[in-house]
Order: sequence, then C-alpha cells, then structure tokens
Amino acid sequence: MALLEVENLGVFYGAIEALRGVSLCVEAGEVVTLIGANGAGKSTTLRTISGLLQPRSGKIVFDGRPIQNWPPHKVVETGLVQAPEGRKIFSNLTVEENLNLGAFLRNDKAAIAKDRERALEFFPRVRERLAQQAGTLSGGEQQMLAIARALVARPKLLMLDEPSLGLAPQLVQTIFQVIREINRAGTTILLVEQNANMALQVAHRAYVIEVGKIRMEGPAAQLAASDDVRKAYLGAH
Amino acid sequence: MRKPNPDTPFDSPTPPRERGLLGTLANSAWPILLGIALAAALHYFWPLGPGWLYYKKVVLDVGIAIILAVSLNIVNGMTGQFSLGHAAFLAIGGYTSGIVTYYGSILLWKSTDLHGGVLGPGAWLFVFACLLGALVATAAGYVVGLPSLRLRGDYLAIVTLGFGEILRVVLQQTNPILSPDQLDSSSLKNWLPPPVGGAVGFNGLPTYTTLFWVYVFVALMLVVAFRLKRSSLGRAMISVREDEFAAQAMGVHVARVKVMAFMIAAFFAGLAGGLFAHESGLILRPLDAGFLRSLDYVIMTVLGGRGSISGVVLAATLLTVLPEYLRDFDQYRLIVYSLLLIGMMLLRPQGLFGIHEIWDWRPRWFTRKPQTRSPSNEKRGAA
Repeated sequence: MALLEVENLGVFYGAIEALRGVSLCVEAGEVVTLIGANGAGKSTTLRTISGLLQPRSGKIVFDGRPIQNWPPHKVVETGLVQAPEGRKIFSNLTVEENLNLGAFLRNDKAAIAKDRERALEFFPRVRERLAQQAGTLSGGEQQMLAIARALVARPKLLMLDEPSLGLAPQLVQTIFQVIREINRAGTTILLVEQNANMALQVAHRAYVIEVGKIRMEGPAAQLAASDDVRKAYLGAH
Repeated sequence: MRKPNPDTPFDSPTPPRERGLLGTLANSAWPILLGIALAAALHYFWPLGPGWLYYKKVVLDVGIAIILAVSLNIVNGMTGQFSLGHAAFLAIGGYTSGIVTYYGSILLWKSTDLHGGVLGPGAWLFVFACLLGALVATAAGYVVGLPSLRLRGDYLAIVTLGFGEILRVVLQQTNPILSPDQLDSSSLKNWLPPPVGGAVGFNGLPTYTTLFWVYVFVALMLVVAFRLKRSSLGRAMISVREDEFAAQAMGVHVARVKVMAFMIAAFFAGLAGGLFAHESGLILRPLDAGFLRSLDYVIMTVLGGRGSISGVVLAATLLTVLPEYLRDFDQYRLIVYSLLLIGMMLLRPQGLFGIHEIWDWRPRWFTRKPQTRSPSNEKRGAA
C-alpha cells in the first residue's frame, strides 16, 4: 500500500469547483511531482491533503489512515508536513525560533536536536543565520528556512509547494539539488511545481494536472519526453 | 541566567530550553522570590507621612496597570487578536473577589474591617478571593476566546467590546449591598441578582490592596509573561500572529492557542481586578467593565509595542503617571491620549519598542563576544 493515496478528490471554493476528482499516490521513498499551469489546482491539492481545505468528496489515506476532514494540526502529527507556498515563514521571529516551531508537536529533545542538525546540514546558509530575524533573509534563504523548518517536524512525507517560486535560477538549482539530497536521505517528497523542467528532473514519477483533473501520469523521464508535456510545460516547439 | 547546554550539538544562541515542568518552576522561582523581596522592601520601606500616601496610591495604580496591560499584550500583542474587552475581565475578577472578601469578612469576623496585617488572615482571604476572581475571569476568557476562532480584526474587536458593554449593563442591574445586619434577615430575593451594589458600585470593600500584594502579583505576571514568550506555547502564539496559515502547516492548533491566550490574559486581568477592587479610595463600578477602561489598556499595549513586555510596562507606567501630572486638565486627558496615539501611529506605528525588549538596544560592545552570543542574552532571540 502506498504511503499516500488520494482518491477522487473534489474541492470547491464556494460554488467554484477547484478539483474535479483528483487521484494520485505516493510510494514511500519516492519523489513525486504534480505539475500544471497556474490555477490548475496544484496548491489546492496540497492544501486539501494537509487539511487546510476540506474536500467535498473523495478519500485521502496516509500511512493507512483516512485523513480527509482532519484538522491540519492532526495531519501534521501523522508525519505529513507541508512547506507552504510563498515561503510562509514567521518573519518577526529569528531563524532559530522558526526552526523550533517546526518541532512544535514534538517533545523528544534529543531527537529534535538531531533532526535540526540534519536539516541544517542540508542548508549551511540557514545555519549561518540562526540568530537573524527571518524577515531579513533573502528570498532563497527564506525558502531554505521554510524547507528546513518542515524537516524539523520529521516528516514521513514532505510536501513542497512551489519551492522555486520567485527565486534566481542559480538558487533554483541549489534548492532542487537539496530536494534530491533530502530524498536520498530517506524522506518521501510530494513536490508541486510550475517549473516543470526542474521538477521532472528531480522526480521519479509525475502527475500533470489541468483544470482540476489529472491529465497524465507516469515516470518523470517518460513524461519529460512526451510531446504533449514538452509543448505545454517545457517550452519546446 | 541560563546555563549553556552541553547537549547542544551546534552553535546556538538559544540552547534547547525545555527542562520539564519542575525545571521550569525552579527556573522561575528565583525571579518570583526576587519579586516578592522587592515587593516586601517596597512595602516596608515606603515612607510614612501624609505626603507619601498620594504617591503610594500612584505606585499602586502603576502596578495594577502593568498587570492589566501586560496581560492584554498576550492577546493583542503576542497572539495578534484585537480585544477591546479587557476591562470586562477586570470587573469579573473585581466583583468576584469583592463578594468573597465583603461577605466572607462579615461571616468570619462580623464586620468588613481589616483583619490582620499584610500577611494576616484577612489578607489571605483577600489573596484567595483574588485567585478565585482570576479563575472566574479565566472561564469568561474561554467564552470570549471562542468567537476569535471565527472572527478576525475589527469583527473580533466589536464582539469583545460588546462583551464589556453587556457586562456593564448587567452589573448595573444587580441588587444593593447588604450590610452586616441586613445579611441575617436576607432572603433569596436579595441574592438574585447578587447584592453587589448595582449602578452605585461595590462600596465598602475592605481595603486589603497593599504595595506588597500588588507587586507580588506584578512579579508573577512578568515572570509568566517572559517565560511564556520564550516557551513553545508563546512561539505558537507569535506564529499565529505572524501567519496563521504557516502556523497551521507547522501543526499549531490555532484555535487552541487563541483560546489559551484569552484565558491566560483573563486570568491576570481578573487578578488585577481583585487588587483594583480592594484599593482604598476606589469604588468598583459597573463602568469599570466598559469600553473606556478597556481602551486605556489597549492604548498602553499599542504605545508599548505589540509583544514587547518591557515596552508595555513602560507605557503602562507612563500612562498611569501622566494623567496625575495632568490632573488640572483632567477633562482633556482623552484629547491628550488621542493626540499621543495619532502621533505614535505617524512616528512609530510599531509602538515604542515594536516587538523588541528594552535590552535589545543595549550598546553593541555589550553583546559582542569572541565566538557565539552569550547564552545569557536570552531575550535577544525574541527580537
């Protein structure tokens, strides 16, 4: 059984149907990416999985437990942690305190310290800035902090929402490099990206979402080679 | 202050601070003991003589204002929920404790005169009454906290404001106070609604409020506030203020944190209400539950800076002392307040200290250390 199974998810914003039956699954150890255009429902899918939005229909099974309609703090407790879009860090807190908030639901001090150390190994830049106010970090550093913070929660499945959003190309490379490393170190990742090119390089498998429905799925390499995807998302002619 | 933790695996300005409940209590014990010592010193070394009596009252008022403003700051400043009903908790605490001391004194000692000194039996009845008032206020804080789960900003402010105004009107409808002789012949009719004076106010309470007890509670408030700010719950509160969405993504139970903030704030406001009610020269009136008094404390927190405990202490002190100096212009106090607020909003919208504490402004050379920041600069992290 897959680590995360999403079945036929239907989500509405008021009367507007944002997701029309999205199904996807993530196996333990994988990097799975969900790519698609603006407004296709990528972030909505993630938010629904992490409990920030309530689905009107469908099933979400994580680690053998149905978690649809759970409140977000319960979902985080199961080990399903999201690094939200737009680098939602706590800008008036220090980097250190941001990281501590990642461990909000945990009590095992020694293990937290270990996970923090591990998270900081992925992001040396963040370590250099521990005492600094998080709002003064650069965009790339904030994104690193957001991911590091999510790692401190020791996720079984880490969900990244647009980690490359608004970053310089150089930094995008770095971030994706680290995403790969995090996965190699044993964390399963569900990645939502507009930068399909980068996402397909990192991911094992991919889903393409269009207006609230999954249009295509398959091994990332295969999708990256497919004509449709190349035309629509990779800028090939 | 804080010892460096050898277990910390990497350079860190703030080593893991969770020490378990006992460790936390031990760590909080010395500042509280220090506070008690200072309060005792203040109480016993306060000069006698008629001229000093007036200043004593001002210092008492300052202490009570500090408790109210710092506790309100937990809701308004740390958690970012705009409450305009803080005085309601003061009134709840004041009236509850007043009932206990007034009717308790009559039952125990047949009169409402002071019974014993600053640590005498009467004072302990008073402390018990204050704590009971604080607990009742906490329960009210829970109820008032609930709307904050669905309302934000202006709408929450309106609900909390309404709570205070409703309470004021309810208190105006209460029964007259029963004198010791009337008490024996009183029937249920006199007790429902409770005999706390109606619109006249709760007159004749024994004046147990002393410098000692006020500043013991001030010390308790400050220790709790500072510890809270550095605790996991405090960080959760600040994270709710900063970004509710991100807080949720980190597993913070936003609803619980908000209600907790209201309850903690209400507890201390209720405590301060007890002190307020038993201060000599004051009558606890229904008006004290209302909007104007709440606004006083909101102004203090806004002036001090959201989340800055030392800033709010300073603002509470200033705004309590200032009207005394402006006594001749008492009518214009509100105008001065408004001008002050407008000026603040223009010049320093973040308050006197913003989110910082006073000691964040100490000179550079004071903190500069060869390797890492000294662990004793613990409040720095709150910046």
